Amino acid sequence: MLEVRHLSVKYGNKVIVDDVSFSVEAGQWLMIIGPNGAGKTTIVSAVSQGAPYQGEILFEGKNIRRYKSRELAKKIGVLTQNHYVGYGFTVEEVIRLGRYAYTKSFLSGRDDDGEGKVKRAILRTGMEPYLHQSVLTLSGGELQRTFLAQLFAQDPKLLMLDEPTNHLDLVYQKQVFALVKSWIAETHGAVVSVVHDLSLAKRYGTHGILMNHGKIAAAGTVAEVTAPEQLNWVYSMDVYGWMREMYGQWS
Amino acid sequence: MANKYKSGFRIREYLVFAVITVFTMLLCICIGSVNIPLCETADVLLRLLRGAAQEEGSMAASIILPVRLPRVLCVAFVGASLSVGGAAMQGLLKNPLADGSTLGVSSGASLGAILAIAFGITLPGVPFAGTMVMAVLFAFLSLLLILALAYRLDSSLSTNTIILIGVIFSMFVSSLSNLVITFAGEKVKTITFWTMGSLQGSSYANAAVMGVTLAVCGLILLGCATELNAFAVGEENARTIGINVRRMKLTVLICISILIGVSVSIGGSIAFVGLVTPHILRRITGPNHRRLLPASVFGGAVFLMLSDLAARTILRPRELPLGVVTSLIGSVVFVTIFFQMRKGKL
Repeated sequence: MLEVRHLSVKYGNKVIVDDVSFSVEAGQWLMIIGPNGAGKTTIVSAVSQGAPYQGEILFEGKNIRRYKSRELAKKIGVLTQNHYVGYGFTVEEVIRLGRYAYTKSFLSGRDDDGEGKVKRAILRTGMEPYLHQSVLTLSGGELQRTFLAQLFAQDPKLLMLDEPTNHLDLVYQKQVFALVKSWIAETHGAVVSVVHDLSLAKRYGTHGILMNHGKIAAAGTVAEVTAPEQLNWVYSMDVYGWMREMYGQWS
Repeated sequence: MANKYKSGFRIREYLVFAVITVFTMLLCICIGSVNIPLCETADVLLRLLRGAAQEEGSMAASIILPVRLPRVLCVAFVGASLSVGGAAMQGLLKNPLADGSTLGVSSGASLGAILAIAFGITLPGVPFAGTMVMAVLFAFLSLLLILALAYRLDSSLSTNTIILIGVIFSMFVSSLSNLVITFAGEKVKTITFWTMGSLQGSSYANAAVMGVTLAVCGLILLGCATELNAFAVGEENARTIGINVRRMKLTVLICISILIGVSVSIGGSIAFVGLVTPHILRRITGPNHRRLLPASVFGGAVFLMLSDLAARTILRPRELPLGVVTSLIGSVVFVTIFFQMRKGKL
């Protein structure tokens, strides 16, 4: 579905992402893991055309630079990390923006199966009670779910999630990951997500890439990527020991 | 959830706004250095609309037709243009303080107009087209320059950076303008006109040009309302939902430049109109541009007509520059918005 070939991103002289290649097929959930500053978010930006890059990114065999903006939005949906909204739009208005790609190009004409998609997205994320509330009054978690609802309304084939749960407490973390998992099962789509929490990555990912200083340190199934020797080397600490110590407290 | 979701302006709302606008317009035609009773005003206007001859030697007709009507029309169109341009700019930049005057675009347009007059740049056959084209061009260049600088300094384009750059740019360009005026002597209208703005002595031609500009650019902006909503939510979000961000920005910036450039070439730089009206209207219509933009057209016209009325009548028979009135109101509103932003209420 998505194929990234020799992706490199530079800001000035600084190489942020260095010759990264990977691919994602339908039904897969690829976890991008690695320490801070490894270039994880930049990969998401490049795929969503938000950062200048070298290399090729193909979606269903076609270079994504050759997609029109609207067509690309029907294929790839992106959830970014920061959601600071400047004005008091209602939750419903923000969610409905997800249907933009399906409206006619001028004076936004009708979008026939949009109503159903919007309704389902709202139900899926549990945002119904908030629809007429201003987004400025929402908590971090509610705002995150608003944008997740927008993403579901957009109905893409591939979701790119950048730290989808970094503002969320445990309950919503679990909810969001379960939601995305059921979305994959239902639509047979694919997901790429940047995740800090290695336990979540192990629990929900099917595949993964481990990033270190802009390069891929390991790629494969999640089990392969999270093997102790690689993690310990990339994070320069005994990751497994630490995890056991942390989670052992709960047994 | 409402089954049929409508986010546009409803007919009833259009009517209410239109009635208020027409009422204000009548008020502004009646009141002035000489007050004209409403029935006489109505008589003159009705005759005009029907194409009938005016009463012989009517004093009302001799004041209204050559002086007051063109001025009020011009004020209304300039107000509407600045206001709808301001609302669009505030959406595009996700910045409720953005306006032609706070970003220095109006000052840039003034410089263009002054240069055109000082160096006698004209388009053959069309009387004030040279000034206008230069003003539009300089408005656009100013916008590009300010945004490029702001992006360089702070790619998130935060409110404070962009306003700060705008203020500095404005001072820089104003000093250039004053320099040109000093050397150009009598050719250029006074410094006050270009820094304070005035619509004294507007002609029907001015009003017609402004009206057509408003109709064209206003409609284009209205067509971009959904995209402006997305930008107001966030530029990154706008891109990910499928908006061609570059093209949309360019379209909106060009429309704004034309609106501001033409206004400035007609009335000088009348500050804060694009800031005050959208701010007030957002409380009535909400931030959705499909409602805010049409409301801004009417609201801007009403606001500037009332400001002009105040400028004409407060110190009768002396007349204040229109920009003095709008700046007085505008700076207070600016501070209010700034406070609300700090408190996170906006």
